[in-house]
Amino acid sequence: MRLDERYINAVMIAGLLALPLYALAVDEPFTITLVTRAVILALAAVGLNIILGIGGMVSFGHAAFFGLGGYAMGILAYHAQTYTALDLGFISFEGTKSMPLIWLVAMVVSAIAALFIGVLSLRTSGVYFIMITLAFGQMFYYFAISWAQYGGEDGLSIYIRNDFPGLNTLEPIQFFGICFVILCAVLLLKARLQASPFGLALNAARQSAARVQTVGMSPMRLRLLAFVLSGAITGLAGALYADLNRFVSPAMFSWQLSGELIVLIIIGGVGRLMGPVIGACIFVALEHFLGGLTEFWHIYLGLILLGIVLFGRGGLLGYLTGKEGAHV
Amino acid sequence: MSTILIIEQVLNGLQFGVMLFLMAAGLTLIFGVMGLINLAHGSLYMVGAFAAAAVAGLTGSFFLGLVAALAAAALAGAVIEIAVIRRLYDAPHLDQVLATFALILIFSEGTRWLFGSFPLFLDIPDALSGPVTLPGGIEYPLYRLALICIGLAVALGLWGLIERTRIGVQIRAGENDREMIAALGIDISKLYTLVFALGAALAGLAGALVGAIQSVQVGMGEPVLILAFVVIVIGGIGSIRGAFIGALLVGLTDTLAGVFLPELFKLFMETGAAQKSGSALASMGIYILMGLVLIWRPTGLFGARA
Repeated sequence: MRLDERYINAVMIAGLLALPLYALAVDEPFTITLVTRAVILALAAVGLNIILGIGGMVSFGHAAFFGLGGYAMGILAYHAQTYTALDLGFISFEGTKSMPLIWLVAMVVSAIAALFIGVLSLRTSGVYFIMITLAFGQMFYYFAISWAQYGGEDGLSIYIRNDFPGLNTLEPIQFFGICFVILCAVLLLKARLQASPFGLALNAARQSAARVQTVGMSPMRLRLLAFVLSGAITGLAGALYADLNRFVSPAMFSWQLSGELIVLIIIGGVGRLMGPVIGACIFVALEHFLGGLTEFWHIYLGLILLGIVLFGRGGLLGYLTGKEGAHV
Repeated sequence: MSTILIIEQVLNGLQFGVMLFLMAAGLTLIFGVMGLINLAHGSLYMVGAFAAAAVAGLTGSFFLGLVAALAAAALAGAVIEIAVIRRLYDAPHLDQVLATFALILIFSEGTRWLFGSFPLFLDIPDALSGPVTLPGGIEYPLYRLALICIGLAVALGLWGLIERTRIGVQIRAGENDREMIAALGIDISKLYTLVFALGAALAGLAGALVGAIQSVQVGMGEPVLILAFVVIVIGGIGSIRGAFIGALLVGLTDTLAGVFLPELFKLFMETGAAQKSGSALASMGIYILMGLVLIWRPTGLFGARA
């Protein structure tokens, strides 16, 4: 059975939209929340897939951006709900409950952090890059724990979900709609990016950095730009995730989360547009169903992952389309 | 701020550093010889600690616990090398990361399933408990002093093993040219299993030794693993000497920053704020150190390969 990837993608998007609508019809709000969770994790992984799939950079610290996005939302909403000013020393402003504003801040903060981490870690490659991104991710984790003003280890709770003009975000289906539209927009962006001169150059830098250099482009600059873009998208996903749970904690910075984001991409298929989406759906389904059967479901996740790495290169999409896809 | 406090904290930093060295030495050896990044190294640390706690709890002997830790970690290392790791030597780093991440999940949940979620406790042996008076009248816990000595002894032993023995020659040759050493009639896969088991045993030893001053619980290995990564990024991947210097630097930086940064901040801030910002900055200390080393030398202090 060899299927065209485009049909699978279309079926996937349609299914992702149909399931919550069905859940709405039969009044099962929890299913909507579950699908929303998958959509947000997919968004974070699509961000990571820009550097992993196109650029071949294995970042094991993307939870840093996910967490920064989450904390951007948490801190802004916290100041809004307590009517206190956010004092940065030289400037002081009020918190906000407006989603678009929070998203903007989350993306800008994540992009700035990605710029710093990228400038340092992209000086290296291979194993060094993996270890350094992991270490920087952990740095944010410990910083969040020791930052007592915003809950430290306990995290921050936000009482009411933030607002989006014209929508009632407290309705699960409406919040799902917001996340779904953002995911589709980012997927479109990723598809355009991959085919753009920038995407092609980035892909070339993965395959042969020396040749890219020879034709007058800087692999470092290409990678850094991709890294910043990737960080901003994952940061946006973090802000949405925090809004879904109405809670942020240092766990959003944890190295396990960075690992799980890579796992999502691998389950679906590296370097493929919908790989992270399929991976996220499978991951959330496994977590829900296996997690309901046994407390130790991570053992099975580990075994599945081991099986994929040792025997099934290319992920599920690679299996369905009969192509292994991009290798890293 | 007294001299005694400073010396005490320097000793604490050294103790932390030599334990990090035990972890980092195995990681860097495995990378240097086999070119493999092993995330599951923290799991071997945990296996050592649990084996020590279980055996010491049953027999009442800390020494037997240590022997069990070494044996269990080396055995676990040899088993995963033969079953999984062996297939990954020629695989891309991404595959190595994923497969060893999968091993972490399996080890962690497996241990939770066997021992439960509650931490175990491993007591410091009577012979090593209590303080000891150092020259200059400083009271320091004897056990921590013993850890420093054990760590330094292991470092010396490892140096001797690698520089002065036949196995050491083979390991160094393996780092330089895998195919050539196989062509010279040395069973390369046996050598790899041996190196992996050696690295695992060092991690298990560290887990058991540190387990006696902290609690023994699932997930104890990964924070140490990530610190060990920082150590070998600073020292240079594949270099045992780099791992040693890097481990001491990280151990001292982390310990001293945690104590002295808040004090330093008190000079120009009010006490409460100084405590908060000082400890927040101290938690980032070693990563800032890593960043500085990277700017100066992207391949680490003693690293040769990029």
